Amino acid sequence: MHIIKRAAMPSWKAWLIRLAAILLSLIVSGLFVMFVTKLNPISVYIEMWKGAFGSSRKIWNTAQGTAILLCISLAVTPAFKMRFWNIGAEGQVMAGCIGTAAVMILFGNKLPTFWLMVCMVAASVASGIIWALIPAIFKANWNTNETLFTLMMNYVAIQIASYLSTVWENPAGSAHIGVINMNTGKGWFPAIFGHEQTINILIVAVLTAVMFVYLKYSKHGYEIAVVGESENTARYVGMNVKKVILRTMALSGAICGIAGLIIVAGKDHSLSTTSAGGQGFTAIMVSWLAKFNPLMMILTSLLIVFLERGAGAIATSFRINDSIADIVTGIILFFIIGCEFFVNYKIVFGNKGAKQ
Amino acid sequence: MSTAALELKNVTKRFGNILANNNVSLTVNKGEILSVLGENGSGKTTLMNMISGIYYPDEGHIYIDGKEVLIHSPRDAFNHGIGMIHQHFKLVDVFSAAENIALGFDEPGRFDLKEVSKKVSEISKKYGFNLDPSKKIYAMSVSEKQTVEIIKVLYRGADILILDEPTAVLTPQETEKLFKILRSMRDDGKAIIIITHKLHEVLEISDRVTILRKGEYIDTVETSKTNEAELTEMMVGKKVSLNIDRTEPKDPQKRLTIQNLTVISPDGTKVLDNVGFTAKSGEILGIAGIAGSGQRELLEAVAGLQNIADGKITYFDPSSGKAESLRNKTPLQIRDLGVRLSFVPEDRLGMGLVGNMDITDNMMLRSYKSGKTVFLEKKPPKSLAEKIVEELEVVTPSISTPVRRLSGGNVQKVLVGREISSNPTVLMAAYPVRGLDINSSYLIYNLLNRQKENGAAVIFVGEDLDVLIELCDWILVLSSGRVSGMIPARGAKKEEIGLMMTARGK
Repeated sequence: MHIIKRAAMPSWKAWLIRLAAILLSLIVSGLFVMFVTKLNPISVYIEMWKGAFGSSRKIWNTAQGTAILLCISLAVTPAFKMRFWNIGAEGQVMAGCIGTAAVMILFGNKLPTFWLMVCMVAASVASGIIWALIPAIFKANWNTNETLFTLMMNYVAIQIASYLSTVWENPAGSAHIGVINMNTGKGWFPAIFGHEQTINILIVAVLTAVMFVYLKYSKHGYEIAVVGESENTARYVGMNVKKVILRTMALSGAICGIAGLIIVAGKDHSLSTTSAGGQGFTAIMVSWLAKFNPLMMILTSLLIVFLERGAGAIATSFRINDSIADIVTGIILFFIIGCEFFVNYKIVFGNKGAKQ
Repeated sequence: MSTAALELKNVTKRFGNILANNNVSLTVNKGEILSVLGENGSGKTTLMNMISGIYYPDEGHIYIDGKEVLIHSPRDAFNHGIGMIHQHFKLVDVFSAAENIALGFDEPGRFDLKEVSKKVSEISKKYGFNLDPSKKIYAMSVSEKQTVEIIKVLYRGADILILDEPTAVLTPQETEKLFKILRSMRDDGKAIIIITHKLHEVLEISDRVTILRKGEYIDTVETSKTNEAELTEMMVGKKVSLNIDRTEPKDPQKRLTIQNLTVISPDGTKVLDNVGFTAKSGEILGIAGIAGSGQRELLEAVAGLQNIADGKITYFDPSSGKAESLRNKTPLQIRDLGVRLSFVPEDRLGMGLVGNMDITDNMMLRSYKSGKTVFLEKKPPKSLAEKIVEELEVVTPSISTPVRRLSGGNVQKVLVGREISSNPTVLMAAYPVRGLDINSSYLIYNLLNRQKENGAAVIFVGEDLDVLIELCDWILVLSSGRVSGMIPARGAKKEEIGLMMTARGK
């Protein structure tokens, strides 16, 4: 049995393989569910679908969840394209959340709404940038390992949030921050067309378009690609590699900051150690699955959010262990990621034509 | 009467859809030197790897001393008396010659390094090697390391020796010495296969020549009954003229002066020591030297990619005659001075180009900053890509194919094409024909010549001394980071340059 690399495959064929992989994953996880829980897999899938798209409220929430995950994925993409392994999006989002919450709590009743919003945006973006730039500066100047550094920065951010929960506790003695400005609604994003999710989705839609153009058509985007592919080539043509690294990480951090802003001002109206909720890590998968293409990320983030919500729904409605839902999600993702192998390689059985 | 030591019959090897060897047959007799001649990608190395047990043939038969054998592993090959000397040496640096020779060879009885050394000395004496068995590998020159590799296979009792491009790393003097040894081994009854693409060496050393082209067996001829032109034609598949038109320099002007240039590597050694020379417009300055004598650092220092410890690099503007110092300037600052400096680096896909990007995007490397907006201008690089593909006959499915998918020659055409598209006043090229077939090589030589005629000062780092002598106007020889001489190329002797390559610099 040999594994042979394929020549380039026509894209319709590649999509056919991906479609087949999804169907196969549904069959395999269906058999698994049937075998373990004795439930009808079809009704499980229907329940999953309902969990994500079952009602207008659920559709809005799924769309908002997709938007937030997409926003963080957009943030990690330029760094990954540059082969800067930023796994600190979680912490950078937390930093953005903290910045936003701080302004809402400290200035909520002191500033007019417009200036309050300006300060919230500035604070969230600045915190995200600071959190991303610290490891970038060390990487650019002393070539430290960015993976470990960004990972550790996550825990620092989470601990700060934990500390602030006691400083700004509300109600007193609860050791966590309840809804910020509950009575006044100061610093909350306004509802548009009757839905408070609209503005969050719009912000991310604009960001997606901007990032797509930035990465594909701008000089900065080109520099990011060249530095990522080969630092030697970048130096050879005179790019300032250090500057590109710092600038790109600042951008990454800024978008993470905006994600934090959306989470606190547009969705939770609160701050906790789980505000980012692991999405900083999930975003890495979203970005890779979409091969760093912002438009494809709309689909991949939707897929992940759908799986999460759907799995949560079957866990509650069939009163089965949460883990079954996670296993189903895992099987589906395994097939989707695994099928890329068959897009790039083919397997030949036997030793064709060999004579001895 | 000679008898066949090794015979290959109708051997075929496929890699996926690629036919690396198709129905190749070859015979080497005892007491004979056979050359296997072919261009890069013609299947020479694949064929030899099947003899030495690294690959297993898909079809065909191998006979040793008339008996059919199956060679599944390098150990099988050893047991059949086959020894391969690879192009890249496989030696342990901190071990001595004798230790390396004994390594991995299970002799019955107690391990006795003295006994090994004694046997090594015997082999050395028999064939005329000059080797100290107790010398450590890291203290050895390239040619000494090669000697260790050859003695290693002889020590294990090999009767069939395969040498893969053995002269690529040697000076002419060392090559001469190696050939002498090969002849004495032949006279001792060994069968020797030597892989090469240097025609004059084929004619000098071998008794017969087997020619491969694109994986196909072409013919086997007796060396005494053939000539360079005929061999080339068989190797390339069509008649090629092997002449480089060297024109007389027109009105050479001082363009680039290097004075007392010293570059210190991160580990503290002087990779360039007090180097100085002048490159003139309308001339090709060749740089010769053993690999790693400071050629790369020299070109990179001029291009603004090396930290310079000491010395001056001065550029003279062709129109104004103004002198500009290029020392410790970045490539961008150099270009901002109006200096049209082009550089074809040794590492094409790791430095000159981005392998995963297509031809258009690679054209953009030099020009992406043009235009006032923050957006890229894709049209000029696209038309440049189309022009280069057409004019230099780059074989590619389209200009949106990633360059890593192209063959070595086509990659180099893309790189050289981009670098000369800016009408450079200084053009530096490091080993621009390495790994290229004959046709592509001559195309590159012609492109360099055209730049020279256009008035560029061309600096050409090469490894084939015959080419340097034929192509260049001047030859500068580097030895361990120092200049050991600069001579006019017309009338230069290979032996003279060879001596300078190993001499201690002035």
